[in-house]
Amino acid sequence: MKPSPGTRRVLLPAAVFLAVNAAATLLDLWPSLWWLLAAANFIIVVAAAEAVSAFVPGRHALLYRRSLALIFPLLLILGWELLVGAEILNPDWFPPPSRIAAGLWEMLTRYDEFTRSSLFGRPWLLPRAILGRGSESPGELLAESHLYATLFRVILGFFIGSVPGVILGMVMGISRTVRTMIDATLSAFYVLPKIAIFPIMMLVFPDPFGEGPKVAVVAVSVFFLVAINTMVGVRDIEGVYLEAGHNYGARGWKLFRHVIFPGALPMIFGGLRLALGTALIVIIAVEFVRAKTGVGFLTFYYWEILAPEKMYAGLVVVMALGVLLTAALKWVERLVMPWRREARRSNGKNRVVTD
Amino acid sequence: MGEKGAGEKLTAPTTTPKIVARGVWKVYDGVTGPVEALKNFSLDVDDGEFLCIVGPSGCGKSTFLRILADLVPASSGSVDIRRSGNSGRPLANVVFQEHAVFPWKTVLENVAFGLEMRGVPKDERRNRARAWIDRVGLAKFASHYPHQLSGGMKQRVGIARALANDPEILLMDEPLGALDAQTRAILQEELLKLWEEERKTVVYITHSIDEAVLLGDRVVLMTAHPGTKKAEFPVPLARPRGIHTTATAEFGELSYAVWEALRDEVVAAMEAGS
Repeated sequence: MKPSPGTRRVLLPAAVFLAVNAAATLLDLWPSLWWLLAAANFIIVVAAAEAVSAFVPGRHALLYRRSLALIFPLLLILGWELLVGAEILNPDWFPPPSRIAAGLWEMLTRYDEFTRSSLFGRPWLLPRAILGRGSESPGELLAESHLYATLFRVILGFFIGSVPGVILGMVMGISRTVRTMIDATLSAFYVLPKIAIFPIMMLVFPDPFGEGPKVAVVAVSVFFLVAINTMVGVRDIEGVYLEAGHNYGARGWKLFRHVIFPGALPMIFGGLRLALGTALIVIIAVEFVRAKTGVGFLTFYYWEILAPEKMYAGLVVVMALGVLLTAALKWVERLVMPWRREARRSNGKNRVVTD
Repeated sequence: MGEKGAGEKLTAPTTTPKIVARGVWKVYDGVTGPVEALKNFSLDVDDGEFLCIVGPSGCGKSTFLRILADLVPASSGSVDIRRSGNSGRPLANVVFQEHAVFPWKTVLENVAFGLEMRGVPKDERRNRARAWIDRVGLAKFASHYPHQLSGGMKQRVGIARALANDPEILLMDEPLGALDAQTRAILQEELLKLWEEERKTVVYITHSIDEAVLLGDRVVLMTAHPGTKKAEFPVPLARPRGIHTTATAEFGELSYAVWEALRDEVVAAMEAGS
């Protein structure tokens, strides 16, 4: 029985994959041409995935795409592990993922005697601490955690910056006079890398090495992004919504509450998403230079003591933090804008208008 | 003013008109100097009349509607809308194009919007909105958001939003212009049915001559640059009307007569634009 053309399309990349890698291994080409072979393998994997997708029935298409999204990074990690194992990549610069995972596990579970800190604040000690029978109080446990330190700075700075940002953006969107007066100044500050104002913040606060300047620099970076996006959001509201609001008797506060604010919300959240990313960049950078706690400090500290697997583990924690905070913001977004949540959930099925 | 369809209009011709516009000018302060959007435009609309305004783009028909709706002020001239005693009703509400329903409000909230702005208590405004949602056939979609509806359904929401507010006059600004031909035909029939039940005074802006002749008691033709009234056509077609009306010889003759008058204007507008 001859294989169908579709089956052949799957078998062909598999055969090429085996042939290329076997030949490369036999001829000992990996050390000199590993980057070329990695690229070739990537192309073969793409071809195989394309061929397989022709077999996937429509109802499983989503599942298939999700597994692709999951399998690819796993392959990447596997390739990294193999390249380091074969000593093609230097393990001092690129420790294998297994060692990074072990380092991460150690950081999650152990109290570091030297820095007197832990990543998580040893939550398993909390019950005893709350009952007053532990050697540390709950407050001490929280204070020793690098993760909570970073979270605290990011979230607090995010709120302190975004609330006035939304308010100023609204005022600028509504009032042409205010907009004309402030727009140029705001744009000038917007292009300034916010980390550059950290020294000013250290001068302004009575304790230059405390939490104040760190939270403030996050707040300032968030503020400009949110203000500009909110202003654009208000300006971009379709004229016909404002006319409809007006014609049906919405004035002043009612017009704001029923038309201007909901109309600008999508752009406001666009600004908040950008601002969250910037907040993370800024806080990690600040923690690199001037902090005794925080995930950024931890990452830099492990660089200084030449523990690369833990330095990488720090980066993994930063990534996880970014993913979690973004997910939290998306959740709030869906909560605040139910009219868009429905749009996403229906997944094009009963959607008529594209926006 | 032209004669009305026999026996269909009950208002005697001696009653004061519902809308009286006298010598309305609208001059915009453009970058290259003043632009005359409306020049010395006068119009009377009877109580319960369905008046259609057609004209080439830029003839000021939408400007006139916005002046009636109090969305833009007239530069000079006067516009009066006569109240019908009961002073609690809003003067004029607009049905805009279909994308003017608020995407962030459900169908029910959209339809109840005018009532909410006027401070009608929650239960009452919900009941009134629901009654209108039923009448436009959206009962099952009261808690849907507009993006879940088709263009035609959205415009039903727009129509219900205006009618639920019970204005003295209803203004419609090319409400069906963005819809496909089949949906537009369905909505024209629904609109005719609603209007024949309500007999509200309507000023309807459209660029479709067929639509104007099908819906209106009278068609006013406007010219561009500057916008002014060129001709008026009474439409003596019998009511109730429907798509079947468009199959009659009278309908064809009337549409053609309006088109004859409009053609020179369209050509002039195209040449002015080029």
